[in-house]
Amino acid sequence: MRTLVSTSQLHSRRGKSLYWLVFGLVAVVFTVGFVFPLLWLFLGAMKSPAELAHVPPPVLPGQFGVRTFTQAWDFMDLGRYFLNTVLVVAGAWLVQLAFDVPAAYALSKLRPKWGNVVLGLMLATLMLPASAVLVPTYLTITDVPLLHVNLVNNPLAIWLPAAANAVNIYLLKRFFDQIPNELLEASTLDGAGPVTTLWRVVLPLSRPVLGVVSITSVVAAWKDFIWPLLVFPDPAKQTLSVALQRFAPDTPINLLLAGLVLASLPTIAVFLIFQRNILAGLTAGGVKG
Amino acid sequence: MSTAALRRRITENLTAYGMLCAALVCFAVFSWYPIVRGVLLSFQQVNFVTAPDWVGLENFRRLLADPLFWTAWRNTALFTGLALVFGFALPFAVAVLLNELRHGRAYFRLVVYLPVMLPPVVVALLWKWFYDPGPGLFNTALHAVGLPGLSWLDSSGTAMISLVLVSTWANMGSATLIYLAALQTIPGDLYEAAELDGAGLWRRLWHVTVPRTRFALLVMLLLQIVATMQVFTEPYVMTGGGPEDSTVTVLLLLYKYAFVYNDFGTASALSLLLFAVLGVFSFLYMRATRRAES
Repeated sequence: MRTLVSTSQLHSRRGKSLYWLVFGLVAVVFTVGFVFPLLWLFLGAMKSPAELAHVPPPVLPGQFGVRTFTQAWDFMDLGRYFLNTVLVVAGAWLVQLAFDVPAAYALSKLRPKWGNVVLGLMLATLMLPASAVLVPTYLTITDVPLLHVNLVNNPLAIWLPAAANAVNIYLLKRFFDQIPNELLEASTLDGAGPVTTLWRVVLPLSRPVLGVVSITSVVAAWKDFIWPLLVFPDPAKQTLSVALQRFAPDTPINLLLAGLVLASLPTIAVFLIFQRNILAGLTAGGVKG
Repeated sequence: MSTAALRRRITENLTAYGMLCAALVCFAVFSWYPIVRGVLLSFQQVNFVTAPDWVGLENFRRLLADPLFWTAWRNTALFTGLALVFGFALPFAVAVLLNELRHGRAYFRLVVYLPVMLPPVVVALLWKWFYDPGPGLFNTALHAVGLPGLSWLDSSGTAMISLVLVSTWANMGSATLIYLAALQTIPGDLYEAAELDGAGLWRRLWHVTVPRTRFALLVMLLLQIVATMQVFTEPYVMTGGGPEDSTVTVLLLLYKYAFVYNDFGTASALSLLLFAVLGVFSFLYMRATRRAES
């Protein structure tokens, strides 16, 4: 495809050498800028505290091995925090799908009375930056209206607010809107109710949007810091991010670095596996030229 | 309307609201109610033992009298301004450059997005280690090329810009890829025509590329302002607001009022002010995206 620089210009002799020069520069800058820091972290995690304190530090650790990783795992009890995080993330994901999919379907296809008002009120929350309601939402968690239960230190404090996600509703509804009504009517004529139709006809067609919603919700929940910091004062319940931040001041630097590597592995693995869906989700919010 | 039709309508509505109810309850309890409550709290003093006291504008008066309030806004404006200089211009330049490359694009896209996938706490702790004035990566690199080291997070003059660098590194991937997607929608004949009219590289960039990506640029600008004004993780983890309050941001101050002083009324008043400022940008963002949809 034709871009800023024309193909003929690129194929001229000067164009060719200039192109490869720029390409080489970009390759070096990107590798140094984005890959090298992570490599340096990985190497740092295997160095001894003495090596890490030396100025300048050696480039390679004196001895390679997984010892610091297993030590870090035990020292910070990372297994527990991994499990906590998985519980929080998986729950947030399930609750978002279980609550938001039927809601978006009802708003898109069943179109109840006042449906547009409900949708408008949901989308209006998009205008509200998360931090502006941090304090009142926290107070709501400490004493849920009507039920008067305290959800502090309870994963529900993450799961339930996560379902109040207007972006999910918007993406799902926009996708459902494009499913032809004839398909649903055919299913209704066969005697299926709306729930059965949603489950048997709509969901199998909705894989792409479910993928986008799933991945964004899982990644967002894994990366979240301020909200878990507030709702999990009990150290035993904390997520990995909150725990790492708490351990940081009193942990030997090599063990902390090993902990950072371990905490990044899941998201990097998810990224490498679901790269296409993640990058597709990035532009799904309607941000296109 | 006949009774049968009416009855059918009622069942339909009931089913629809049955499917909506779980999400509705979550929105009502954890989104709509806190919004209203936040506004009310701004004008109250609460201690959770007795009924809340209405104090009028007392919370706002207390905020305005706090010198840290002004420092926090100044710091936040500085962070946002610097983050825009790097975080807004740089990804666009990078995207334009990447769009011209015919090789290795998948690698560049992957690599620039890698930091976006890391948990922000991991990024903050990692860069704190890089910034270590002694054996840290940056001073080691500076010394290696014969330059003097910097004090990075340890000096009030460089602490904020150090935080901006972290946040730019961690977040520029998404902006870059969004611009790249926008650039790929520009029809090639536009460049062709501009070239036939004798437009050089820079004029083509200015008269074709920029206008054609104007919408993506506008949306990202607004999104970035809203996101960077809420900066919290980096200063909380890396500097705690220091040295000499040079990295106290609005959100850090809000956290202090609410969770250190337990003064939820004043914290809510600060939230309300933050919302008023961010609300303008959020509103513009919503309008921009709405217009593009229709």
